[in-house]
Amino acid sequence: MPNQSKYEADIASIRNMMERTTKFISLSGLSGVLAGLYALMGAGVVYFMVYFPQSPLSYRIETIQPFDTVMKFIGVALVVLVASIGTGLWLSSKKAQKAGLKIWSVSSKAMLINLAVPIVSGGIFILILLMNGHYGVVASACLVFYGLGLINASPNLYDEIRYLGYSEIIIGLVSAALPGYGLLFWSLGFGVLHIVYGLLMFRKYDR
Amino acid sequence: MSNPFSKLDKVLEHSVRLQVLSILVVNESYDFNSLKETLELSDGNLATHIKVLEKEKYILINKSFIGKKPNTRYRLSEKGKQAFKKHIDALEAIIKSQKQ
Repeated sequence: MPNQSKYEADIASIRNMMERTTKFISLSGLSGVLAGLYALMGAGVVYFMVYFPQSPLSYRIETIQPFDTVMKFIGVALVVLVASIGTGLWLSSKKAQKAGLKIWSVSSKAMLINLAVPIVSGGIFILILLMNGHYGVVASACLVFYGLGLINASPNLYDEIRYLGYSEIIIGLVSAALPGYGLLFWSLGFGVLHIVYGLLMFRKYDR
Repeated sequence: MSNPFSKLDKVLEHSVRLQVLSILVVNESYDFNSLKETLELSDGNLATHIKVLEKEKYILINKSFIGKKPNTRYRLSEKGKQAFKKHIDALEAIIKSQKQ
């Protein structure tokens, strides 16, 4: 048949256009792995600064901590956040460049807006929790709102991100029931899960 | 038996026009410059194809300004949506019949 390849190419180009204009396909899996490593390092720093002689697996009953301890937590968390976003931007723009795509596009804008709505609401909610001294559920709130953000942005990202979102929410809710394990669940959600999903995505899309 | 080739949409047999509609099927609206960048076309080339789609009433146009820069956005019309679906069904039928 003469025109067979033309029709198949048409179908392929339709799929390509639909995906390229809705999904931010330049997201680097490797940056997920690195973000996970930063989170684990951050959790390690906090553990040695605050809890050290205690076993990391022990359940903490004391919920009210001195304010300067809380500030240490926030400081480390912010460093982890900035390093993760920076690495994500850097590696994703490299990936975009390699594929001849632009990192700042209609789809990446849509993704950021969808991600920002739950994350910003969560961020404000967490600030209010901190101001009122409800430190116990902060780790849980971070995980739940982050998970909601990922699910909300997943139509503009790879499908795997939706499952990462569900996993973050589940870990966050379990963590809310066991506030004494906050740091442990935080490390699991932001550290281990990022590394696992990052590796998955790296193997599937980055090579 | 009906011939699936006869069901192909003549307007959409050109790949640029098919690609423009593909983008508008999954995006509520899309602007001229982003279309140009995504499809890697020149202004004139894209404008020619847009005009054809406009004449067929497959797309709706919304012209506005962002500051002093003109911003032209396109949306898929109901007619364009039907035409796209029919064309895809025809493509599918052709590929299926050729695979047998």
